Amino acid sequence: MEIFVQQLINGLTLGSIYGLIAIGYTMVFGIIGMVNFAHGDVFMVSAFTGLICILLLTTVLGMSSIFLILAITLVVAMIFTGLVSWTIERVAYRPLRGSFRLAPMISAIGMSIFLSNFVQVAQGPRNKPIPPMVTDVIVLMERDGYQVTLAYKQVIIMAVTAGLLVVFWWLVQKTSLGRAQRACEQDRKMAALLGVNVDRTISLTFVIGAALAAVAGVMYLMYYGVVNFADGFVPGVKAFTAAVLGGIGSLPGAVLGGLLIGLIETFWSAYFSIEYKDVAAFSILVVVLIFMPQGLLGRPEVEKV
Amino acid sequence: MASAGPVDVQDPGLLNSSGSAAGPPVGRPARREAPRLKRAAGDALASGLLTFFVLLPLVGFHATESGTGSLMLDYRFGLVGVFALVVTAGRLVLNLTVWRERGASRRVARVPPASVAEAEAVASPWPRLGAALSSLVKPAFFGIAIAYPLIAVTLVGGLGPSRYWIDLGIYILTYVMLGWGLNIVVGLAGLLDLGYVAFYAVGAYTFALLSTSVPINDFLAGHLGDDFWKAWSFWVCLPLSGLLAAFWGVILGFPVLRLRGDYLAIVTLAFGEIIRLVLINWVSLTNGGAGIASIPPITFFGMPFTSGEGGFAETFGLTYDSMHRMIFLYFVILGLAALTALVTVRLRKMPVGRAWEALREDEIACRSLGINTTLTKLTAFAIGAMFGGFAGAFFAVRVRFVSPESFTFMESAVILAIVVLGGMGSQMGVAAAAILLIGGMEMLRNLSFLKSAWLFGPDFDPTLYRMLIFGFAMVAVMVWRPRGLVANRMPTVFLKERKSVSGSLVKEGHG
Repeated sequence: MEIFVQQLINGLTLGSIYGLIAIGYTMVFGIIGMVNFAHGDVFMVSAFTGLICILLLTTVLGMSSIFLILAITLVVAMIFTGLVSWTIERVAYRPLRGSFRLAPMISAIGMSIFLSNFVQVAQGPRNKPIPPMVTDVIVLMERDGYQVTLAYKQVIIMAVTAGLLVVFWWLVQKTSLGRAQRACEQDRKMAALLGVNVDRTISLTFVIGAALAAVAGVMYLMYYGVVNFADGFVPGVKAFTAAVLGGIGSLPGAVLGGLLIGLIETFWSAYFSIEYKDVAAFSILVVVLIFMPQGLLGRPEVEKV
Repeated sequence: MASAGPVDVQDPGLLNSSGSAAGPPVGRPARREAPRLKRAAGDALASGLLTFFVLLPLVGFHATESGTGSLMLDYRFGLVGVFALVVTAGRLVLNLTVWRERGASRRVARVPPASVAEAEAVASPWPRLGAALSSLVKPAFFGIAIAYPLIAVTLVGGLGPSRYWIDLGIYILTYVMLGWGLNIVVGLAGLLDLGYVAFYAVGAYTFALLSTSVPINDFLAGHLGDDFWKAWSFWVCLPLSGLLAAFWGVILGFPVLRLRGDYLAIVTLAFGEIIRLVLINWVSLTNGGAGIASIPPITFFGMPFTSGEGGFAETFGLTYDSMHRMIFLYFVILGLAALTALVTVRLRKMPVGRAWEALREDEIACRSLGINTTLTKLTAFAIGAMFGGFAGAFFAVRVRFVSPESFTFMESAVILAIVVLGGMGSQMGVAAAAILLIGGMEMLRNLSFLKSAWLFGPDFDPTLYRMLIFGFAMVAVMVWRPRGLVANRMPTVFLKERKSVSGSLVKEGHG
């Protein structure tokens, strides 16, 4: 029971991070029907940006308030990652709109390789550790010496995720940008005819997705305290799995899928084998795509000629 | 969104390497000339600023390990400034010269040409020239490939010193073969497979496990002589590796048949990773991350390359040299690659090859014409996988050591990059891309002059940049030459005349 509760907490934390990344996949897929393969690496770039920002604030400026540091880091990482993602869309994806179907995907794979190796060249191949930031924990239960703990950083991650989702939900449902986005999702040509600036909407979709990935990146850095140039690939695939599981194109689905993947991964590691936890996540991806391609909350796709 | 700021100020023509937002607006010809310079300068400045800010966090700062273990910051703002200036200057020059004319000609070219003749006129003269040359290129290429060991030995002077060059030749040919194998799946059938390395791994591990297996060795030693398995294991296992890989191709291909292009890509990627993770974790079978060592070396059809009695050198009356084995390996991979090419060329002319090409162009049309898409996709997967398996067995016998390290996603990406850069579907293009990429990557090691103090300094390691260049090249080829360096998507079969149905006018089909 204690182990179960503890794994539940850990799983939800991990799932929040996956969910935030998954939103980027699902939005981009919804609007231009492409798997943004480089999204996982954008997430990794944001974690590195966060690392640089934290180092700048602590070692150079000598700031000590953890919450101020986190807040500034979040904003900085969101801005710069958004900028990076905007540039990527502009340089690598936009010229390919209207090209053959696999072209954006191949371009995205190239971009993914480019980004991870760019970070390797620019920042070095080693793991980059930061000093532990928020170390306090709340003890929820205790029995026979086994403590169920809820770390403050887990609270922060879940709270920030929940808060962002509310803001993001409002953005998509209530603002003109959100309306334009949903219009482009339904029919890009018709939206353009009705005066929606499609290119700009798509760019902003990439920026928003990247900003949410940046939050995930900073949270990841804070939670694990270490980041490496290769850290984008596996979380990226898992977040994509989450997006597919929840139903690609569906925003609540992405979050739900993220939480489920996080829970499955932690429970699998706790009760079965930790070596095969990635195999479990990848197998879910395969099984879902084969047997339930529309996901939990997605609409079935009808192929038109 | 704070990050939305820079987006709003950009004018739509900012990065007009894109097709959709090219050049200044049409329709105001009188006022175009004067603001053009201003516009170009503004655009260059904006891109320079963008470059500066994009590169600022990760290039401008460098988190380095200090002695105590915690990270310290270095500053490299000068480098960021240099990049930004280069981009600004480059864009200014390009805006004023190249892109101006290209923007104009593109507007004409975007109107779909009415007839085939017009289409050919708009297209560059290269395809026709290429067609004239291609009858010469293939025999020449094959001739050079056969004579390569001789050339290398003669030029370097002696068998021993040519080791590096022969090894490089083997290395490149392995990728040529892998590229041709993947080309069947990606280039001909249009199925984007990101897990091709899985079949390479299956082939390598099949050979590695069978050849080092003690029970098989003991069993055969009792019947066919003590040294039989050591001498013949590669030649027995080579077809087995191919068959097993093809079998896995069918197993992995079967469930994913219903998936479209990008879903298929992700699922194959997941399969590739699953196989690698199983190889790492199933320690009792595969020895885990430590890999399998002491795989028996290749033999000249049962004749070992040793100095002793019954060896290759003694039988043929040569003085023993360890290079004999290398040269033989070279010819084995050349033969395997040639087999791949030959099978592909023949299959393209058979119904199944034509069905692949039809599938690549349009799956729905293909199905409505009565082509069994399930079977077509499965054969593509199986045959592509089989050649991956052959290449894997060869890899294992060449290196004589296999470990999961060799079969990462990056390997798949490199093979895919070769196919993409070569122009999906083109045999010569894939071979050229493999030589260019793998050879070029190898040449990066030799660029020691870049390490001189006035260029990049002694810490500069050019090999670090190879995957960076790979990634960049994939994006660049997709943006500028989506048909690859050597494009070949003309239909193999046609009625009366070669209509450019699959040329640049038609979008690619649904994989």
